[in-house]
Amino acid sequence: MFQSIYDFFSNPQTQTVLSALNSGFLVTLQLFVITLAGALPLGLLISLGSMNRMRPFGWIARHLGIIPRRRVAVWICSFRPVSAICRLLVWIIRGTPLVLQIIALYYVPGIEKWFYWPSSNGRMIAVCLAFILNYACYFSEIYRGGIQGVPVGQQEAGQVLGMTKGQIFFKVTLLQMVKRIVPPMSNEIITLVKDTSLARVIALQEVIWMGESFMKGNSGISGLTWPLFFTAVYYLIFSGVATILLGRLEKKLNYFQ
Amino acid sequence: MAILEVHNIEKHFGPTRVLEDISFDLEKGQALAIIGSSGSGKTTLLRCLNFLETPDQGRIVVGGETLYDADDPATQRESQVRKKRLHFGLVFQSFNLFPQYTALKNVTLAKELLSQERPDFKQNKKAILEEIQAEGRELLAKMGLSDRESHYPCQLSGGQQQRVAIARALALQPDILCFDEPTSALDPELTGEVLKVIRSLAEQKTTMIIVTHEMAFARDVADEVIFMDGGVIVEKGPARQVIEDPREERTRQFLSRYAQEQ
Repeated sequence: MFQSIYDFFSNPQTQTVLSALNSGFLVTLQLFVITLAGALPLGLLISLGSMNRMRPFGWIARHLGIIPRRRVAVWICSFRPVSAICRLLVWIIRGTPLVLQIIALYYVPGIEKWFYWPSSNGRMIAVCLAFILNYACYFSEIYRGGIQGVPVGQQEAGQVLGMTKGQIFFKVTLLQMVKRIVPPMSNEIITLVKDTSLARVIALQEVIWMGESFMKGNSGISGLTWPLFFTAVYYLIFSGVATILLGRLEKKLNYFQ
Repeated sequence: MAILEVHNIEKHFGPTRVLEDISFDLEKGQALAIIGSSGSGKTTLLRCLNFLETPDQGRIVVGGETLYDADDPATQRESQVRKKRLHFGLVFQSFNLFPQYTALKNVTLAKELLSQERPDFKQNKKAILEEIQAEGRELLAKMGLSDRESHYPCQLSGGQQQRVAIARALALQPDILCFDEPTSALDPELTGEVLKVIRSLAEQKTTMIIVTHEMAFARDVADEVIFMDGGVIVEKGPARQVIEDPREERTRQFLSRYAQEQ
């Protein structure tokens, strides 16, 4: 039996397939890392935006000495534009399929003029933008839950101790929020590992695309089905590593309640 | 001269009037207890003093300086509120310690952050931080918590947590230390240790305002007692007189109801 496994892996055809899958997985990995690096901070910005309480029209009215009486006027004065824009964005992005967003960013005519689209890695850039935007919106809701889950008393304790808003956020709230969001975040991150495969819809040559290519024909090999199913091994190993690392982080934050 | 003067404070939450025409003075080194049933506005008054709520009417004067005047927008600027808060310290009913920091760090954190604003911070960083640490240790020792300084709040009992919270409030040397029902969230057998600490602060002539349900404690520790009901001050006077021989009928009713429950 060991002999047959050895024969399988030393077969030159297998070697060709594996090196192709490896290079495909490298693309998957790049997409994963870039998405996280972009979406984690952007999501925090969107969540802070959606919680923004700025009411510019009410502010103007107050400074002009106008007290709104009509229902419409009251509504306008209590309107929070920053929050509204952020929540609209989250609604659109979470309400449409990621596949559509990828296609839209890559194919919608004229869109390539908005960004610098070098022909060689235009696909990668489009996919990364779509993933960052999509995941930032999901993350923003997780952040919002985490921030709102920290008791108001924590903020008040910071206030009466003369801390600034920034100090309260970074020194008091942030770590408590991080502790709260690690489990739901882990969920999203594990999902992201596999969602990267959606990128093949615009023919980004990630690992699933590579696996499939040996059915259609690649490097003179065609009609081979096992490479596609073999990609599962890559995903399993990768999500396994991610699970262990995130579990460690969770444990590390267990020193406080 | 009184260190704290409160003039005609009023506060509404929507149509509900929570505080109505509250005025009182507090002398330096005195302890004032505020008693009254739940919903009488005691906590809101304390929150107004600490700028956690904004009064709709009235003035707050500390050491001759007007910190808040509802008629003068210049006193309400957000940027100055932060500095003004430092005149007051507040100990919360539910402690509100920072769970991710040790007991010592809870005590020193705010002072460390404030010291960064000192012009000589960059040059003397190490000495300043060491001094703050030493002060923090000393305060914890005063609270009888020397052996607990590297414990996290979740490893401490309620009484210990509240004593850390008192040390944290004292670290900034406020002019007036406020307690919002400091023992209400504690098991009965743990209230003693916290009351003992507050008692010793009173003996050292710390200026304090204590909102409490512990009548015997208020009588023994406070110099003056205010009884509040329905958002107004019903009775104010020397502690022993108000609690043992109240002048007002409403105070008498409250105290007798309270005595029955005990």
